[in-house]
Amino acid sequence: MASPDSGVTVEARSLDFRFADRTVLRGVELRADPGEVVGLVGPNGSGKSTLIRILSGVLGGYAGTARVDGREVRELPRRELARLVAVVPQEPTFSFPFTALEVVLMGRHPHLAGLAFESERDLGLAHAALERCGAARLAGRAIHELSSGERQRVVFAKALAQQPRALLLDEPASFLDIRHQVELYDAVRERAREQGGTVLTVLHDLNLAAEYCDRIYLLSDGRIEAEGRTADVLDAATLTRVFETEVYVDTNSVTGNLIIVPLPSRSPGRVR
Amino acid sequence: MRVGRPATLPRVLAWTVGLAAVLAACMLVAASVGAGRVSVLDGLWGGGGLAEADRRILLDLRVPRVLMAALLGGALAVAGVAFQALLRNPLADPYVLGVSGGASIGGMLALLLGFGAGQGALGRLGLPALAFAGALGALVLIEWVATVDGKLTVYTVLLTGAIFNAFSAALIYFIQSLASLEELHAIVFYLMGQIPAPAPTDLVVLTGAVVLVVVALAAMARDFNALSLGEEGAMQIGVDVDRTRRRTFWLGSLLTGLAVSVAGLIGFVGLVVPHILRILLGPDHRLLLPSSFFAGATFLVLADLVARIAAAPAELPVGVVTAMIGGPFFLFLLRRGRGRYGFS
Repeated sequence: MASPDSGVTVEARSLDFRFADRTVLRGVELRADPGEVVGLVGPNGSGKSTLIRILSGVLGGYAGTARVDGREVRELPRRELARLVAVVPQEPTFSFPFTALEVVLMGRHPHLAGLAFESERDLGLAHAALERCGAARLAGRAIHELSSGERQRVVFAKALAQQPRALLLDEPASFLDIRHQVELYDAVRERAREQGGTVLTVLHDLNLAAEYCDRIYLLSDGRIEAEGRTADVLDAATLTRVFETEVYVDTNSVTGNLIIVPLPSRSPGRVR
Repeated sequence: MRVGRPATLPRVLAWTVGLAAVLAACMLVAASVGAGRVSVLDGLWGGGGLAEADRRILLDLRVPRVLMAALLGGALAVAGVAFQALLRNPLADPYVLGVSGGASIGGMLALLLGFGAGQGALGRLGLPALAFAGALGALVLIEWVATVDGKLTVYTVLLTGAIFNAFSAALIYFIQSLASLEELHAIVFYLMGQIPAPAPTDLVVLTGAVVLVVVALAAMARDFNALSLGEEGAMQIGVDVDRTRRRTFWLGSLLTGLAVSVAGLIGFVGLVVPHILRILLGPDHRLLLPSSFFAGATFLVLADLVARIAAAPAELPVGVVTAMIGGPFFLFLLRRGRGRYGFS
């Protein structure tokens, strides 16, 4: 058992998942440890979201193993799992006009007894989380009046207020402008580096992946096609093969990390 | 209009006590108005000096009826809140999931069997008992049909309820077509909703049942908030969604079944009251649910007062009154707040 604030290991072993007659995941082996930011990249429909949903305990019916802190997710009671893992889903939904602050406070749900109201401490955590996401001024606004990007930041703040030991993020920055992308991933990295939390994040933006991920799993058609240190996985030949698109890869002279640029189909320098 | 701070215990208590006081005042007025000039105050002040006839009017008819209206109004409003949370839709009402159809069929059968006019325990309890049996039958049937792969989903339960309602409506027409003119009149009045003046023991039992169910639902208020994040969103903050849905379906259906069994179909309480309160107080169910109980009670007490005195000495079915007040008012609210709640 890890200490209260540090992360927990999230892992999948020989994980298979079928949806109706389609195989979504085949033999996936993945592991994210405390203190690291692990990226999950791959083409549309390659199974990234399914993997996140299985690891967060909302999709049962898989074969193989999906574990958090060494325990099978489908055997963990929901409340206990929610205290270990917080999720930022790709498309959060809301059916009643709760304010942003009320939504963030919902992150405290797994920590509160049945009938309890949020304490001053819970309220403080919620405000701090909103602050961390640059969303403090949104606190009193109704969630459905916010833009997609603002909403995404509020949902991320909810995940932070949940004080999880592992964060599972499914495209948490897809609607964010570049400033907020950087702020969000700074916060993600801070969780891993300074608080020793575990982070597994799906991303489409390969440059963000290059900057922020320690390790990357490249998923294609339900299989892990490549895994390892970020700089090794994000290699031009591999990316071109998996995404079926030519990419240009170079080194960012400021950060020393990779830069990945997809090439338009009729570029003069294309190989094919 | 709405205050942007989250629900706290003092705020919930303040609203609950405030709305309870309003209810008490309205009940006092309602019990004091009607045919036979006798008010509750006369009863309280000069208890002994009251004429026997006045005392009978007050204690046997008006007071029990007002209490009954309050109880059923509260029950229907809370059932509305529960089903709106369950279905994640502010336009759901207590009748949407089909239990009312089962209760109406049971009630009509009781009328055809002559229970409504009978004497003794059978005459008094025959109709509500059979109607409640119908509600329970419908509940079990709907839950069984709507459970797919061991899960109760919003779509299946809503579809099953809608289809069951349509089926019950057909069955009701069929029974009506077989009924005599006299029975038909009783059936129509029953279906339109009418609040009875129950015997004290019945009232005590019913109050106990309603209070228990309402408290059980109020205990799930934070889970209802979580359900607004959707099935997976709620699970990811630790809610056992399937268990919550099943309990909500059962408890909300029990409230609806009880209400329909004793008073027929009284519409709009479960729709309008939660809607207005959501505009005033916000969507937090810890505030919304208890407030809805007292506001729904007040609404039905006043509607029943109108039903008694509007066309005196004749009585209007209270369901007609609630629909005539609630319908236009609801349209007005929807028109004004367009776009604010029209998403899901």
